[in-house]
Parts: sequence; structure tokens; C-alpha cells
Amino acid sequence: MRRVTTLYSSSVGKKIAMALSGIILFGFVLMHMLGNLKAFEGREAMNSYAEFLRVVGTPIVPEYGVLWLVRIALLAAVGVHALSAFQLWRQSRSARTHRYLKSRSQVFSYASRTMRWGGVIVLAFIVYHLLHMTTGTVHPDFEYGSVYDNLVIGFQSAPVTAFYLVAVGALSIHLYHGLWSVFSTLGNENVRVNRIRRPAAAAIAIGMFLGYAVVPLAVVLGILTLG
Amino acid sequence: MDFTLHVWRQGTPGSKGDFETYQAKNVAPSMSFLDMLDLVNEELTRDGGDPIAFEHDCREGICGSCGMMVNGMAHGPEDLVTVCQLHMRSFSDGDELWIEPWRADAFPVMRDLVVDRNAFDRIIESGGYISVRTGSAPDANAVPVPKPDADKAFDAAACIGCGACVAACPNASAMLFTAAKAGHLSYLPQGQPERYERAIQMVHQHDEEGFGNCTNHGACQEACPKGISVDYISRLNRDVLRARLAGVAFDST
Repeated sequence: MRRVTTLYSSSVGKKIAMALSGIILFGFVLMHMLGNLKAFEGREAMNSYAEFLRVVGTPIVPEYGVLWLVRIALLAAVGVHALSAFQLWRQSRSARTHRYLKSRSQVFSYASRTMRWGGVIVLAFIVYHLLHMTTGTVHPDFEYGSVYDNLVIGFQSAPVTAFYLVAVGALSIHLYHGLWSVFSTLGNENVRVNRIRRPAAAAIAIGMFLGYAVVPLAVVLGILTLG
Repeated sequence: MDFTLHVWRQGTPGSKGDFETYQAKNVAPSMSFLDMLDLVNEELTRDGGDPIAFEHDCREGICGSCGMMVNGMAHGPEDLVTVCQLHMRSFSDGDELWIEPWRADAFPVMRDLVVDRNAFDRIIESGGYISVRTGSAPDANAVPVPKPDADKAFDAAACIGCGACVAACPNASAMLFTAAKAGHLSYLPQGQPERYERAIQMVHQHDEEGFGNCTNHGACQEACPKGISVDYISRLNRDVLRARLAGVAFDST
């Protein structure tokens, strides 16, 4: 434990913490995207998949056991990711208190420049999304367990779908910079991997955006219906 | 060629500086950027003014003394050159040039365009020593070094410590400098005994000096007059991670 805390005390350690928690969160968004696509298999398939997530591991663990373990792990990962980001941002901000009058930022990618604000947008979306699809607090007609119906009704609202698309767009841009940066932060020296890390990250980010966007778009276009 | 210069003027460390406007007239396209500043200074001195202070020494891009932001770009618009190797033909006649010192809290401005880069020396110092047998000179090639490793060590050792990486980094991070200095030893057999301790201590000193952290923008690599790759930062990260997991002893933390 002491080794971990000493490592975390350095800027490199905080970046490693950010990379590792980012990998966990990437694993989640990937699984979540695949789960969403169950909507195309129909109401039955989606609802039973949701039911599976509630009972997975029974009877060795109680119902909801694995679900809550995963939720706690994800919450911890979000916490570590955001805390390290905040601390690193503060360190960098105080490293240049007198800014340049002229600065040419032609070499930075859009993704690298928007990591911090993009992350904040994604975080705000996560809160909204939980209130929308998990607790149903801000959902117009939420019924616990009817995942498919909740999804279709939820995305029939145009502003909700628009916000959702903006958020998964921000997530994908965030993922692009994050995914390839992981290889640098964790010190990968395999030249063949490093050569393809940026195109591979771009491909995954685009695939992620399409995988997430296709579900609400199918609702708006009337492909996924309540009928 | 004629230019309009907006130069940062600041009398003493910590005092309030501001931009002053000067005209540089009859500049030859073959002049270096520093020659052009010399020309402006000659005229300033003749008129009883204070010449613009800037650092310079070898004027052939190997000493690491010179460096300034020209229109928001470290060492100006050309790749792989320091400002002393930047020729005025890189600009167009009549251009307006904004000239600023490196901006980083770890590099306080001493006067005009001169900044205090002692933080770099302290990072190198924190890297400590290498263990070698002293006494009679060893036989040449007694310690074999694979060619690819020798090349990588040499590429890292090309760092002249000019500070352009810090100046260009949006986080004012000195990770490229630190990684180059740690990297040129970590590729060589002579650097192995203290390799992991060195990585930890240098990153620790880097943070202590008040530099920012690396967010993989890659601006440092673009600005570096020696073309040092951000891959060295990867390697330094790897060494720190390994060292900490293996629990390398370290006195000051």
C-alpha cells in the first residue's frame, strides 16, 4: 500500500492511476454499448439480459450481488479518474501563471485540447443518464424492469436524444486521446504497437460512437418501437 | 527586409513587464534571428536606450543558451532549429513579430527575454551519479553496446537543455527534458546500476520545481530543436512504474 501511495504522490503516479482507472471505464463503456445493441433483438432479449445482470452469480452470491460489486468498482474508478485529473490540472495550471500573449496551438489535436472539459461533460451526462435510465427520476414514464420500453420512451424525446448524441460524441473524442495515451503513460515500448496506437484508438472511438448512436437514432427513425 | 517587433521588456525578476514596439530596418535575409536583434540593439544603444537582453553563446544550435517565443512558437516557425539558426528569410518582409520569453513559473524571467533555467540543472543533479570504475582508462569497446541502444542513447543525449519543450507545452511540463536526460543513461550499460532510482528522483525533482505534467499533446516534440521523441517520456514512465512497484529505496520521500 505504501508503494502505491508513494507512486501516487508523483505526477507520473497520478497519470498511471488515471490510465488504469480509464482502462476499467473503457471496459465498462464497451460492455454497455454491446448491451445496448440487444435492443435490436427485441423487448424479450433486452429485458432478459437486464435480468441476467441482476441475478448473475446466484446462488453463490445473492441477487444484485455482482451488480453492486461492479457498480462500486465503477464508482471507485470514476472517483480515481476524476480526482487524479483534478490534481494534475491544478499542478499544470500553477506551472504557468503568466500566459503567452500569442500562442500557436497548431500541433495539438482537438481531442487532446478538450480532455478536461470533455471529461466534465461526460461526468455530467453520467449523472443525468443514471437519473434517466437507472432510477427513472427524470424519465417521463419509467417502469422498473421494463428496460426496452424505458429506452424507447426515453429516446422519443428529441432534446434527450440530442443531448445523448452530444455526450457520446464527447465520450468518443475523450476515448480517442485516452486510449492511445494509455500506451505512453504505462510505458509501452513495443514499436509495432506504438505505430498503430493512434489509428487503432481512432477506429475504436468511431466504432464506439456508432454503436451508441445507432440505438436512439433507431428510436427516432421508428425502427425500434413499442409495438 | 523590414520588421515590426513587439518585444517583452522587463527590468528585474518579479517586476511588471510589458511589450515595447521597435522597428527593425534593413535586415538581410541571411541574418539569423539573433543577428537581427543585435542590429536592433545597436540602434537602441546608439540612441541611449537599454538593449534587449537575451541569452546566446555558440550561435550554431548546440549550446542551448538561446531561446524565445516568436509569434507563439518556441524558436520560431522552422523545425529543428534554435532561434540562432533561424534565418530572417523564414519571414516575409514587413512581418509583425511578437517576441516573448519562455513562460513557466519554474523559469522566472530575469530580464527581458532571459529566464532562469536553474531548475533544469537541479533536475540533472537529482539524477545523481553512475557507477564506473575509475583509474586507468578502460579498453575501447570493452563494454559492448548494441547499435540500436547506442543510437537511442545518443538521440536522447542530443538534448541541449534549451527549455523549448517547457515553453511549448500547454502544461509547462519538463517531462521531455527529464525523459531525455534519464533516457540517455537508461539505454547504456553504464546507466543501469542506478537506473530506477534515477528515474524516481528526477521525476520527484521535476514536480518539486513546479513544472506541470504531461498530457500527451506532443507540442514538446514539435518544438524540440533536436527532434527528441516523446517516446522517451514513455520509457521514463515505465521506469518510474517499475521502480515503485519493485520498491526501490529513495531517501527524500
